[in-house]
Amino acid sequence: MAFLELRGVGKSYGKGADRLEVLKDINLDVREGEFLAIVGYSGAGKTTLMSMIAGLLFPDTGTLQLDGKPITGPGADRGMVFQNYSLLPWMTAYENVALAVDQVFSDWSAEKRRDCVERHLDLVKLLPAAKKRPHELSGGMRQRVSVARALAMNPRILLMDEPFGALDALTRGNLQTELERIFQTEKKTAILITNDVDEALLLADRVIPLSAGPSATFGPAVEIPVARPRDRAELGRNPLLRSVRNSLITYLLGPGGRNRHTWKEPTQTEPEPVAIAEAS
Amino acid sequence: MSKTARFFLPALGFLGLLALWAITSKVFSENLPSPAKTWEVSKPYLVEPFAKRGELDQGILRFTWYSLVLVAKGYALALLIGTPLGFLLGRSKFFTSSFDPVIQLLRPVSPLAWLPLGLVLFQKSQPAALFTIAVCAMWPTVLNTAMGVRSIPKDYLNVAKVLGLSRVRTYTKVLLPAALPHMFTGFRLSLGIAWLVIVAVEMLTGSPGIGGFLWQEYNSLIYEHIILCILAIGVVGIVLDKMMKMIEDRLRVGEVR
Repeated sequence: MAFLELRGVGKSYGKGADRLEVLKDINLDVREGEFLAIVGYSGAGKTTLMSMIAGLLFPDTGTLQLDGKPITGPGADRGMVFQNYSLLPWMTAYENVALAVDQVFSDWSAEKRRDCVERHLDLVKLLPAAKKRPHELSGGMRQRVSVARALAMNPRILLMDEPFGALDALTRGNLQTELERIFQTEKKTAILITNDVDEALLLADRVIPLSAGPSATFGPAVEIPVARPRDRAELGRNPLLRSVRNSLITYLLGPGGRNRHTWKEPTQTEPEPVAIAEAS
Repeated sequence: MSKTARFFLPALGFLGLLALWAITSKVFSENLPSPAKTWEVSKPYLVEPFAKRGELDQGILRFTWYSLVLVAKGYALALLIGTPLGFLLGRSKFFTSSFDPVIQLLRPVSPLAWLPLGLVLFQKSQPAALFTIAVCAMWPTVLNTAMGVRSIPKDYLNVAKVLGLSRVRTYTKVLLPAALPHMFTGFRLSLGIAWLVIVAVEMLTGSPGIGGFLWQEYNSLIYEHIILCILAIGVVGIVLDKMMKMIEDRLRVGEVR
């Protein structure tokens, strides 16, 4: 049995004629120790899916099970990194992480809890900024604190909902590398939700595309048996990664794309010849 | 605006007021004491602000102090009742639906109307005064606290849930700090109202204080002191408001977005 198991999960919002089906027939098996990425459009229901796994929302149809037990609400076995900055602005970086640690490990000694907080701040290389409040930190640093907070709870699975979505491209790249490093040392089961195919390719063992909404559902999953650490430059060179990327993008633009309800298999696949203007 | 203008323009405003006052006392109303006369008669109360020459003849700050003590008590009562009430309103739709209409009905009632009810309820003027201040001053605290609680970003509540925070921790570590800036705006407005109410309450109950003094001096035909009292009330009001504003701004510093 899979570690995390979703069967026929569907979710709609609204009532009567305004009722909108966001997710439809979602089936998912996550293996223990696996890093899974779900790639899809903004507004396709990725956050809804993550909220259901986190136990913040409940499905209309289907079941969610973690380690054989149905998910009935939030729990310390699932750590979550939110899309938006979810640090509490009146607390320092240290206090934000300590809030989680103090709650989850209330039976530990004060010293042990402090060690735990410091170790995790160190893991994301933010120990020097421990006394800073979120508004004194950059966007990237805030998300690192967020990751530290989620990991400090020692969850069995880490849920990341577009953790770098609000960051600029360069910071984003750095944080992806950082996350890769962290996961090499921490070895955790994780689900990453993203709209960035390259981010998924760089980090995940397996990538599943989520079609555009409404009634979004999963496309064919692809395994990524490429050794780590993966180099960003490798994405363009490695033939396997290139073909995986192509198949994901083809799905997301074609049968899983915005016009997927009217989409038909193309009859002719011959590419248009591209004219390259010669520089004079 | 340049530094001189920032000093000069308000000074101009006050000079204008002074001129209007002087002209009014000279041309329209013989009974209104002139600025010079007012200064002369008020001087002993200002020069020795804490003097106590008799029960009804005390320095202006001494009277102000009596009023402030009474306000502090009534205001504390207002916050003690208003804050939890605001939290209930902010957290519970059921509570909002049932009590919001009641609040809307009671909120616009004048202090002059509450005081007799307080006297009926408590028989004595002191508790009646406290009741009146509390019941008039608590509404901004109630409504702003409720608004502050309602406007807490959903993200924070989700964080509290995902971290599995206990009910107590959710309140002390998340809800209360998140709502605090709004709450403090309510606290500030409430204090303003409490200070507004005290004068009316003292006039009606005859308690010693700046409002009581004002009314007694009106009855004794010493009109200069009425003006003195009005100015003193205004100055104290500004000082209270500025103090609260300073704390409020401090609380907002940590806000991101």
